[in-house]
Amino acid sequence: MDTPVLIEIKNLKTHFFLDEGTVQAVNGVDFTIHQHKTLCVVGESGCGKSVTARSILQIVDQPGRIVEGEILYHRPDRLSGVGLSEELPSPNGAGGSSSTEIIDLAALDPRGRQIREIRGQDISMIFQEPMTSLSPIHTVGNQITEAIKLHTDMLDDEADEHAIELLRRVGIPRPAERLETYPFELSGGMRQRVMIAMALSCNPALLIADEPTTAVDVTTQAQILELLEELQDDFGMAIMLITHDLGVVAEMADDVVVMYLGQVAERGDVESIFHDPKHPYTQALLKSIPKLGVSRTMQRLDSIRGMVPDPYNRPTGCMFGPRCDHFMPGRCDAINPPAIQLGDGREVHCLLYEDE
Amino acid sequence: MAVTDAKTLPPETVSPRAADAEIESSVSVASQWQLMWWKFRKHRAAMVGGVVTLIIYVIAIFVEFLSPSSPGVIRADYTWAPPQQLHFFRQTENGMRWDPYVNGYKVEIDPEALRRTFVIDEEQIVDVGFFVRGETYEMWGLWESDLHLIGSTDAELPVYFLGADRMGRDLLSSMIYGTRVSMSIGLLGVFLSFFLGILLGGISGFYGGTVDNLIQRAIEFIRSIPTIPLWMGLAAALPTDWPPLRIYFGITIIISFIGWTGLARVVRGRFLSLRTEDFVMAARLDGASELTTIWRHMVPSFFSHIIASLTLSIPGMILAETSLSFLELGLRRPVVSWGVLLQEAQNIRSVATASWLLIPGLAVLVAVLALNFLGDGLRDAADPYNR
Amino acid sequence: MLQFLLRRLMFMIPTLIAISIVAFVIIQLPPGDFLTTMVASMAAQGEDMDQSAMRALEEQYGLGQPVHIQYLKWMQGIILRGDFGDSFGWNKPVAELLWSRLALTFVLSLASLLFVWVVAFPIGIYSAVKQYSIGDYFATFIGFLGLATPNFLLALILMYIAFKFFNQSVGGLFSPEYQEAPWSWGRVADLLAHLWVPVVIIGTAGTASLIRVMRANLLDELRKPYVVTARAKGLPEWRLLFKYPVRIALNPFVSTVGWVLPTLVSGAAIVSIVLSLPTTGPLLIRALLQQDMYLAASFIMLLSILTVIGTLVSDLLLAWLDPRIRME
Ligand SMILES: Nc1ncnc2c1ncn2[C@@H]1O[C@H](COP(=O)(O)OP(=O)(O)OP(=O)(O)O)[C@@H](O)[C@H]1O
Ligand code: SF4
Ligand SMILES: [Mg+2]
Repeated sequence: MDTPVLIEIKNLKTHFFLDEGTVQAVNGVDFTIHQHKTLCVVGESGCGKSVTARSILQIVDQPGRIVEGEILYHRPDRLSGVGLSEELPSPNGAGGSSSTEIIDLAALDPRGRQIREIRGQDISMIFQEPMTSLSPIHTVGNQITEAIKLHTDMLDDEADEHAIELLRRVGIPRPAERLETYPFELSGGMRQRVMIAMALSCNPALLIADEPTTAVDVTTQAQILELLEELQDDFGMAIMLITHDLGVVAEMADDVVVMYLGQVAERGDVESIFHDPKHPYTQALLKSIPKLGVSRTMQRLDSIRGMVPDPYNRPTGCMFGPRCDHFMPGRCDAINPPAIQLGDGREVHCLLYEDE
Repeated sequence: MAVTDAKTLPPETVSPRAADAEIESSVSVASQWQLMWWKFRKHRAAMVGGVVTLIIYVIAIFVEFLSPSSPGVIRADYTWAPPQQLHFFRQTENGMRWDPYVNGYKVEIDPEALRRTFVIDEEQIVDVGFFVRGETYEMWGLWESDLHLIGSTDAELPVYFLGADRMGRDLLSSMIYGTRVSMSIGLLGVFLSFFLGILLGGISGFYGGTVDNLIQRAIEFIRSIPTIPLWMGLAAALPTDWPPLRIYFGITIIISFIGWTGLARVVRGRFLSLRTEDFVMAARLDGASELTTIWRHMVPSFFSHIIASLTLSIPGMILAETSLSFLELGLRRPVVSWGVLLQEAQNIRSVATASWLLIPGLAVLVAVLALNFLGDGLRDAADPYNR
Repeated sequence: MLQFLLRRLMFMIPTLIAISIVAFVIIQLPPGDFLTTMVASMAAQGEDMDQSAMRALEEQYGLGQPVHIQYLKWMQGIILRGDFGDSFGWNKPVAELLWSRLALTFVLSLASLLFVWVVAFPIGIYSAVKQYSIGDYFATFIGFLGLATPNFLLALILMYIAFKFFNQSVGGLFSPEYQEAPWSWGRVADLLAHLWVPVVIIGTAGTASLIRVMRANLLDELRKPYVVTARAKGLPEWRLLFKYPVRIALNPFVSTVGWVLPTLVSGAAIVSIVLSLPTTGPLLIRALLQQDMYLAASFIMLLSILTVIGTLVSDLLLAWLDPRIRME
């Protein structure tokens, strides 16, 4: 059963205004995040996953700006008004709290007070590189308690206590001692756990995880994902998980959004996406999984194209047209496929399904 | 960096662009110099710096022809004569006429200092011409000539576009001659340092280990010593009875003896980083032969960085020579450099009487600025993929 | 931290030895030994040196003995007795001339360093945060100009302006009435009132390069992911800026002392000559021109040591600021 809506993104457009021209990094994206659920966003490098995520928090890098669209945040009651529960939540996780307040995050001033109150408190984020995402010269404790002190009126030692509790929760041994260590003294996996502890410090309604396991080894990756699932049960937050890895999607997701060149190709629940992919791009993605040994040269090609993307020269009509097996001349290069509802909350952007 | 799991999507499964990418990779190599040039061209200040540098070096080459007089010509009766402004047109009955001239001088007695001073006399006119015959000189020491770009048409009446010094020597001519010395010391010094830097930096990077360590320590040591006192100490040891040319080389060697450390670091750093740089790795994986790899990828990037560092080192050399000569520890007349000319401005009394003696400082400033801008642009352009 | 300090002190020893050797080489460079020069110059003044005095000097400096013995004798004198040799130009032991001049050089260099930091730090931050603004371009331009102007030229220009338009002389570190006076608060105040002119002149080039260093560092840091992390926590921009990127960019900024201090000391030497300040500069050049080598070499040696110690202090400061270095 669907839980209440938490985030509703409508026709989001985030562009980068560079000297060379405008990069339409996110160009008309719609999707919904539900309370307590995990939404996975997949797509090739450069398709706009990170920019979408950052748009939610209004932390898009400088020449970038949200130019159109809405990001409606249905603020759960427990977060409305000031004070925060000072206890960690009891492990119930189930059920959804109703919400009354609806805030359009896209309309807020990126430097303003309102969005700053939401950041780190309602919605928090963890990043790909746990090394560089933490300050090298501030202690772990300092960085974890920062958000707590910012958003609650806990005193210093209360915040420390809370931080120790969080570190314990994310599975860091001897948490009290860790407070005084520096990030460079920790392993990659431990750092990512610190990041998670930091993100959960104010018990957010949504945790955005932007490729949280790309920079760690495979074993650690599994542990971290497992931890995220556990924590979701404990804390009851929704997770928006950005990943390249379809295996991770299969394991973690409730809902899936497949992105291509700044737009949504297809979205739906994980079962139907995996068993009955509609969009030719999704189909190709899924077909590629069994091909194991290929990768070497292929990945190199990927990295070359990644280095020299061509965001200025977008195809007309369907973005996927030039690479699509079902390309229909005269139609696919003329019309930008609109969202086509397939029932059960599924949606595909492909002209093949226009009549259905 | 990215750890790629087998399950990770290889997005190129759906990629007819694979072929394009292959082509791109060979094209991008050929055009690396071109990319740098594009990047450089966008750097407005660097372009201006480049043009000015070029002009200065051209002046340095054609010194004899460009200067109205020689820097050594003493005219005791023109002590501290002020600059004469060049007028191109002369007022006649039928309007303005092309006829370049300057106003002559008249002598006044300064009642306070009880000294003869020159003032410009609006009544007097000294004709100036282009491509005039004047003092004879040996062009590049090869042949004799007496053709000057500009000068007084009357050998008896010298012109001082930028004024004269204590001995009545023409400042403009001295400055033009100084250009050759100052700029060539910069260039020569940089090449000497570069040689030392390549040698020691190369050894350092090649052998690594203890040798590298020793050389690095030596570099650190040299850098931790205040340069000017050290230069002064070494320059003072040059025997005073050496001929000018030998002093010139001696000073150059002393300057580069300290200046090589920066370049050595750059060379070493470049060597080390080149070996690990991603694009070289990529080319290796590609199966390109080692030699092609070096030629296509390493050489352009290596050279562009080196050229940029060389350019950025020249100003330091010029400033060092200027400082030493200014302190009378460097070059001496009859060799003239901008620093030698600034010696004249050493005490406040001469500067107060003849402020134009500071003009050679302007030359230093322009040259150093131009080289800095040029070098900055080159350095940016050396990383065409950066930002 | 203590261990770090000890290790740095250990590293300093070879540097100090190397400096003393360089200084000794400078003594040895001019042709002929110093005694011959001394005798010649005394003879020129119509004085004679008696044989026993000459013997004593020969013994003291180890003249006629191998070079390394001479070096060791010189060092022995310095370390055991604080005796740097004699200045024949002044007919005095070098040590008598050295210390007061050195102290003023130290004050001047330190003041310049502070000036450079205090000016470059905020301007660098401003330039980075407001990259490509008019203020940034202006700072960059002034910076380039400052780098390109040799500081003696700047000194000359300032002197000229002061003389021409204000009919004032800007040379010296003291007003005439305090020139020879013993130290008092009045004299200190007088020194401070005079100090700023040379400090600004000496500091200009360093300020220019440090602005560029700070700007580049901060621009680098501003692009680092931890800034985004902090922003995602909900920190206000200004607090974020100073707590993270500025604080981290401060480290490489502090470590620039290693090369800024030598340039400042260099600059102080030459500017002092132009402005005739009672620091080491004018004495050094006179000593060099007269080939008064023990004096010159002692100055060069002590200036270098001063710089090395300054660098050590900045290393310690850096270790205190940066846990990565402290714990390496
Ligand atoms: N700071 C920026 N300046 C200019 N363009 C940017 C910037 N950040 C992102 N972009 C552009 O936005 C597009 C989408 O980038 P984004 O980082 O969202 O991709 P992504 O899907 O997260 O890729 P990856 O899987 O590699 O993280 C890219 O094509 C990129 O060129
Ligand atoms: S719209 Fe046309 S080109 Fe685009 S995915 Fe569908 S079939 Fe392919
Ligand atoms: Mg991303």
